[in-house]
Amino acid sequence: MSNAVLSQPSTESGFAGLETRDAHAWFGSHHALAGVTLKFPARTVTGLIGPSGCGKSTYLRLLNRMHEFIPSAAMAGEVLLHGEDMYGPEVDAASIRLKVGMVFQKPNPFPAMTIKENVLSGLRLAHIKVDDEEALMEQCLTRAGLWKEVKDRLGASGGSLSGGQQQRLCIARSLAVEPEVLLMDEPCSALDPGSTLRIEETIKELAQKITVVIVTHNMQQASRVSDYCAFFLADGGPGYLVEADETRRMFTAPKDSRTADYVQGKFG
Amino acid sequence: MSIVNEATQPLAPVPTPTQPWKRPKSAQRKDLTFATVVAVAAAIFVLITGFAGVDGWLFASFFLVLGITLVRGRKLIAKERRNNVASLLIASAAIAAFIPWMSIFVSVLIKGAKGLRPNFLYSDMRTTTPDDVLSMGGAAHAILGSLIMVIIATLITLPLGILSGVYLTEVRGRFTNVVRFVIQSMSGVPSIVAGLFIYTTYVNATNSFSALAGSFALGILMLPTVARTSEEVLKLVPDDLRSASFALGARQWRTTMMIVLPTVRSGLITAAILGTARVVGETAPLLLTSLSNTSFIFNPVQGPIGSLPMYIFGLLQIGTENAINRAWAGSLILLLLVFGLFSLARYVGGKDKR
Repeated sequence: MSNAVLSQPSTESGFAGLETRDAHAWFGSHHALAGVTLKFPARTVTGLIGPSGCGKSTYLRLLNRMHEFIPSAAMAGEVLLHGEDMYGPEVDAASIRLKVGMVFQKPNPFPAMTIKENVLSGLRLAHIKVDDEEALMEQCLTRAGLWKEVKDRLGASGGSLSGGQQQRLCIARSLAVEPEVLLMDEPCSALDPGSTLRIEETIKELAQKITVVIVTHNMQQASRVSDYCAFFLADGGPGYLVEADETRRMFTAPKDSRTADYVQGKFG
Repeated sequence: MSIVNEATQPLAPVPTPTQPWKRPKSAQRKDLTFATVVAVAAAIFVLITGFAGVDGWLFASFFLVLGITLVRGRKLIAKERRNNVASLLIASAAIAAFIPWMSIFVSVLIKGAKGLRPNFLYSDMRTTTPDDVLSMGGAAHAILGSLIMVIIATLITLPLGILSGVYLTEVRGRFTNVVRFVIQSMSGVPSIVAGLFIYTTYVNATNSFSALAGSFALGILMLPTVARTSEEVLKLVPDDLRSASFALGARQWRTTMMIVLPTVRSGLITAAILGTARVVGETAPLLLTSLSNTSFIFNPVQGPIGSLPMYIFGLLQIGTENAINRAWAGSLILLLLVFGLFSLARYVGGKDKR
């Protein structure tokens, strides 16, 4: 029955290879996130929802090793990419981030680069060579839903675009290095409803090829774009995972009463 | 189907926090062992071959490590091998850059400590000739003079420098470019010219050398450093903060004083430190403005006043053994004085951060 609502079948064959087991996170002595065990099915969108300060952004940054940039940060548990712990001793963090890309809350195109250079910047930064950069650029911009708007001014600065366009440029940029997973940290919170809609369409199209994990404060957005939802909560202590399931079930028949209250807007 | 593997239990035992991105302890121990083995091997190499001294040992160590890195690298992919070799070269360059600094520091420390006596910190040279035994006389008058002049120069320059920075980043008035140009040219002024300028204006007018004249000359040298550093630091304040303040109805002056400047407090203290460091060892401008003296002077407009650079300069010119020893002791005191000023500034600047 559960597969009926999904365009992508079966966890096992379509498993993205990204999962966490009993993941914890600290900032100094502050325990920010406790015991999150979660799997991300391939080519689906998983929404991380919950009130502010519940650890969902921290959890997201744990998934591509951005967490460790905070000097006092610490973690425990496992984050597995294709069954291998990405926090293992021999693992190169940069190569992990190449496979697990990230789009940030505020659009951050590189100000000194043109639109074209922005899209291709990932290749330059990681020393990746491709045969046809033009085609790749067009493909990435098309997937990000931006090609038609910028195809005549690829030489313009990335900062000359509107906020929503800038964010789609950032998505195109992260697609150019062909990640398997794309993490998005409230990508629409700084944007207007129109741009938000465009980005949501983009996310759904992306999910035909890659796995998307998106943090959002917007319940409607979660119900619109995500196939699965994970609800986080921090009641005084560290944030933890309350419940995770198919989005439809999370919104209609959640197991936990707090989930029901939250998705119906009774708190948060 | 569920994407959760097992039921989440918030009350499950909390594991120990780890930082797997840091190099593990065992690897650090291994590195230490490796470094020791290389050091010993290089020492043996120096003993049995024509290489000599510390430099020979350093060379031997460098080539040993380079060789081992290359041999080990055979198993690795090209990227990692390049990374290892580049890391080694950078570390070696860092050590090479470190050596001159260490050499200066250590020689001042050793030679200065040899001549330094407790009386250096409370006696002057009024009744002592430079050739007298080291337990007579001292450098206290020079310390006092240096402190007086540096403090006055800082009191004059710091507000001016910070306000220049504020003008360049906050006010952005019509003369921004002119002011920036003048500050940049000022930082190229040779220190003796600053001294000459004060000599022809202030010293000639008052017909007397004085601490105040010295402070003016030092201030001229300090101002561009303080102003430029302030500007750079103020540029780092995000515009969001200014907008937030303006949106609360604040005017530019309040925004600058209450939001912008406090935000970069520690950076402005760094500006002051850099300015002080720039001038505390200056000799040339003092030669023409404060001259030197052998006894305590407390009044900044009284007449010639001693200072540590002039003290060192004067004694080196005499050149007898005890005079040279006194000069080294003076250098050490100067070094400690700078260190003390920096620590004080850091302490004051960092105090109410929390």
